[in-house]
Formats: sequence, C-alpha cells, structure tokens
Amino acid sequence: MAEVLVVVEATGAFGVKKVTLEMLTLARELGEPAAVVLGGPGAVDAMKDKLGEYGAGRIYAAESEELDAYLVAPKAAVLANLVREVQPGFVLLASTQEGKEIAARLAVKLDNGLLTDVVSVDADGVATQAVFAGSTIVKSKVTRGLPIVTLRPNSVTPSPSPTTPQVSTVEVALDDAAKLAKVTDRVAEQKGSRPELTEASIVVSGGRGVGSADNFKLVEELADLLGGAVGASRAAVDSGFYPHQFQVGQTGKTVSPQLYVALGISGAIQHRAGMQTSKTIVAVNKDAEAPIFELADFGVVGDLFKVVPQAAEEIRKRK
Amino acid sequence: MKIVVLVKQVPDSGAERNLRADDNTVDRGSANNVINEMDEYAIEEALRIKEAHGGEVTVLTMGPSQATESIRKALSMGPDAAVHVLDDALHGSCAVATSKVLAAAISQLSPDLVICGAESTDGRVQVMPHMISERLGIAALTGARKLTVDGSTLTIERQTEEGYEVVTANTPAVVSVWDTINEPRYPSFKGIMAAKKKPVDTKSLADLGVDPSEVGFDGATSTVLEHAKRPPRQPGTKVTDSGEGGVQLVEFLASEKFV
Repeated sequence: MAEVLVVVEATGAFGVKKVTLEMLTLARELGEPAAVVLGGPGAVDAMKDKLGEYGAGRIYAAESEELDAYLVAPKAAVLANLVREVQPGFVLLASTQEGKEIAARLAVKLDNGLLTDVVSVDADGVATQAVFAGSTIVKSKVTRGLPIVTLRPNSVTPSPSPTTPQVSTVEVALDDAAKLAKVTDRVAEQKGSRPELTEASIVVSGGRGVGSADNFKLVEELADLLGGAVGASRAAVDSGFYPHQFQVGQTGKTVSPQLYVALGISGAIQHRAGMQTSKTIVAVNKDAEAPIFELADFGVVGDLFKVVPQAAEEIRKRK
Repeated sequence: MKIVVLVKQVPDSGAERNLRADDNTVDRGSANNVINEMDEYAIEEALRIKEAHGGEVTVLTMGPSQATESIRKALSMGPDAAVHVLDDALHGSCAVATSKVLAAAISQLSPDLVICGAESTDGRVQVMPHMISERLGIAALTGARKLTVDGSTLTIERQTEEGYEVVTANTPAVVSVWDTINEPRYPSFKGIMAAKKKPVDTKSLADLGVDPSEVGFDGATSTVLEHAKRPPRQPGTKVTDSGEGGVQLVEFLASEKFV
C-alpha cells in the first residue's frame, strides 16, 4: 500500500493538534500513514510519541529555523519535493488557514487538484464536503494528480493505534522565492487552557443578548464547567464584547462540535453558517420566535442571566 | 502605488444557495448575486492606501457577463478602472485553473500590490492568494487584520488561532484581508454616477494568452461527482423558563451525556 502523507499541524509549543490525530486515524484506512513534520529544530522529538501512538509508521522530519521564519511557502516547497520523491497515495492537511495555504501552493507546484473542507474521503479518493454553510453535501474527486485533501477539524474521531515510527530526515533547501514573506514576530493572545475553537468537542457561544464584554464571564463560566471553548456571534464581536478570533459564522470560524450551546444568539443566517453542522445544539434566548430554536435540539425561552447561572449551579451540584 | 483588487461575484450568502443539477456548478441564475463581502474590505483598504500614498486602483474580476453588476458596484466605491475576464470557456474552472487566469491578468497590469478578501463566501477555500503568489513568484501576506505600507515595504498583522503574527515583504505582493481590517465605505451618489463612466476593459482568454483547454471543465483538476441537499434539522424540545429552565437544560445535557 502506498504511503499517505499527513502534514502535521501543531501549536507553537509543538503540541500536536487534534486534527492531526484525526488525519492519522483517517490515513490508516487509506494506506500507510506517514507524518510529515515541518517545523523548527526539536519539533520531531517533541511530537514523535504522539504521532506514533496514532499510527504514524514513518515520520518525515524536516526541521529548520527557516521553516518558521517565513509564511508557509518554505513548508510547501519542502512538501512538494517530498511528494515528488515518495509518490504517496494521498496528501492530507488540516483544513485550517495554514493547512489550506500550504495545499494551495502544493497544488500549483505539482499542477495537481485539491479538495478543501473535506469531512471524509474513501480509498478511491472520493471525498465528501459540506458546502454552502453545510446545507449541501458534495461528493468530489481530484482528477489530475494525487488527491490533496484538507480535512475539516472534528470530522473523524481520533483513535490510537500505537507503533514506533521510523524517522527519515528530509533536507530543507529553499530558494529565494520561498523566502519573500518574513515572519518578524509571533504574539500570543489567547489566554487560559480552553480548547481551540474549531477543535473543541463542546462550544459555548454568546451573542448580542449577552449584553456586554463583562457579561461574557457567564459564557466563559459555562464553557469551563463543560470543558468547552468559547465562541461569539458576529453581533457580539462587532459590539466589542469578545475578540474576533472567536467569531463563529459565515465570516468567522466554522465549528462542528458534539455540543453547541447558543446563549443570547438569535440565529441569523450569518451565524448558522458557522455552526449548523454541530451534532447537538441547545439554545437559550428570551425571544421565543428566534430562528435559533429552529435548529435547537433543546431550547429554553427565558432570561439567560437567570437560566445560565442556574444551569452552572446545577452542573456543579452534579459533579 | 499601483493596486489591483480581486473582486468575485458570489450568490448572496443570506439567501438559499444551490448547485446546478446539470453540471454541478454554482447556480448563479436563480441566485441574488452580490460582491463577495470580504472583497469590500479589500476595496476599502486599497482606496485608503491610494488616498495616503497616491496611485491607482483597478478592480479585477473573472466571471460571467452578469458579474458586470458587481464590477460597477465595486467601482462606485471609488476605484479608477476595472478589468473583466470574460470567456465562455471559463465556465466550470477549478481553483487551480482560476489562479492561472488571474495570474495572467495580473501580470498584464503589473501592479505593486494585489489585495483580495481572505476567502469568498461561496467556496470558502482561501487558496487564491497563495496560488497567485506561487505562479507570479511574488510574496503572499495573507489573513491580514492590519496592513501598513512604508515605501515598498508591506507589513501585516496576520490573525492566527493563538494570536497574531507580524509578517513583512517587499512589493510586489498579494495581500488578503479579513473583515476586521477596516469599515468599508458606502458608495456615494456621486460615486455611483461616476462608476458608470469608468473604463471596464474586457479580456478574453486569447487576450491573456491562456489556452481554453487549460480552463473550464476540460482543464479542471477536480470534479464534483454528485451533490444533495442536507435534510433540514428538526427542531427539538422548547421549554419556557418558569424558574427551572437552567435545571431543565442541564437535565437535557445529562441525558445526552455531556454532563
């Protein structure tokens, strides 16, 4: 069986992201999973055990300061050379900003098709995508070259399949065209230990009804009790209640968690576009006619400032 | 500074959108077609740079004849001119082929700066700026929430999941922007009238030197095999809070094993 290259996505601290484990799990059904680490020195040592635990029989290790010193182009250049050399059956990347950008450059370099925001793909390369805010399901296929596929986070349940990876070093030799966009600083803004929004199994979001930035503490409290991430509607972000990187919707993040809790969110199309493929949806809103209730598996018509503290108290009692 | 803004006409994301049954492409015939929202932020950013540093702003659109409406709308905000890549052979083009056409059109204009929205609301693919960058051998600064121009040096703040990155490059470059970067202006009456007289240069594939076999369905690198509407979600239980709403909510969460 051909190798399936899984381009590892990790946080700055070399924490392997959940979507990477999802890709390795999927890759085991498509061929022999091989993780591709494109990072700074020390990246492979930090991530090797985790990648092995999820079935990466091989790790292609490209480590160089230069890979992180410029925006995505060096990663795409190294990956393109690797694909030419090993002729894999598939290339899987995360359907994140960076994953899609690497895929974009790879597709042009190889004159090859690509499929983004894929939720599943079979061994024949037939991929399933949810388009138009999840309202239409599409089956599609790459018809030129090998399947380059970006996987939407929370599409596959990661399952371990421990193995000891063989590490193959990959040379990082970059031409000037890969070094045009220089990263001069990285600034962390996200605080706390909450899961990343697109990867979280539970998301608790607040909307205009939350009323103020200060009141978002209520949303955060419920999220923390449930072990979830915090999201916000565009109305809440535009009103300055919560930072933009947490915006869920057509012009923000698309999330597909097991549980989505909408607090004070009316459910405009803009918002629904980012969350309506969530498995279970619950909503609290004082307006009984709010469109969010058309999606909600369980809805409470009421004042969120009464309902949410009571729910928080009840969860604490049950713990 | 010579600036090209990429503008895409898309079906309104606020209304129902469909794929065509006959050829699996986006159904533009039945849709209310509008400027991709994120592109309005790109136009605004281009106009602000022109206002601060001088230069000219050209709108570049690839699309069918009805895209003219979006081009006029874009011009009414203030750009100087537009190029419309229009050719029947383009119908069915994939992203890889589209990037080839746009790159060819951009090279003819030889701008210092190309600005586009970070993604379109129809495809949400986010690949175009890097594909164009790769083809033209120019820098891509993508996902900007802030753009600073200092002579020929461009610096952006790039939104990431953990915070932001500061990324810098020299012109020529392509920059993509999120809707956090500015607040787009509304076209003035004067702007709307002026837009009617602004030059719109229509280019065919032959004008761009792109072979029709490289685009459209013939040149596509991927294909849609089938599509179907997802069945709408069925609303579940709705209770009105009469003092126990929070507890009832947690009871539901517990029944679904979330608590």
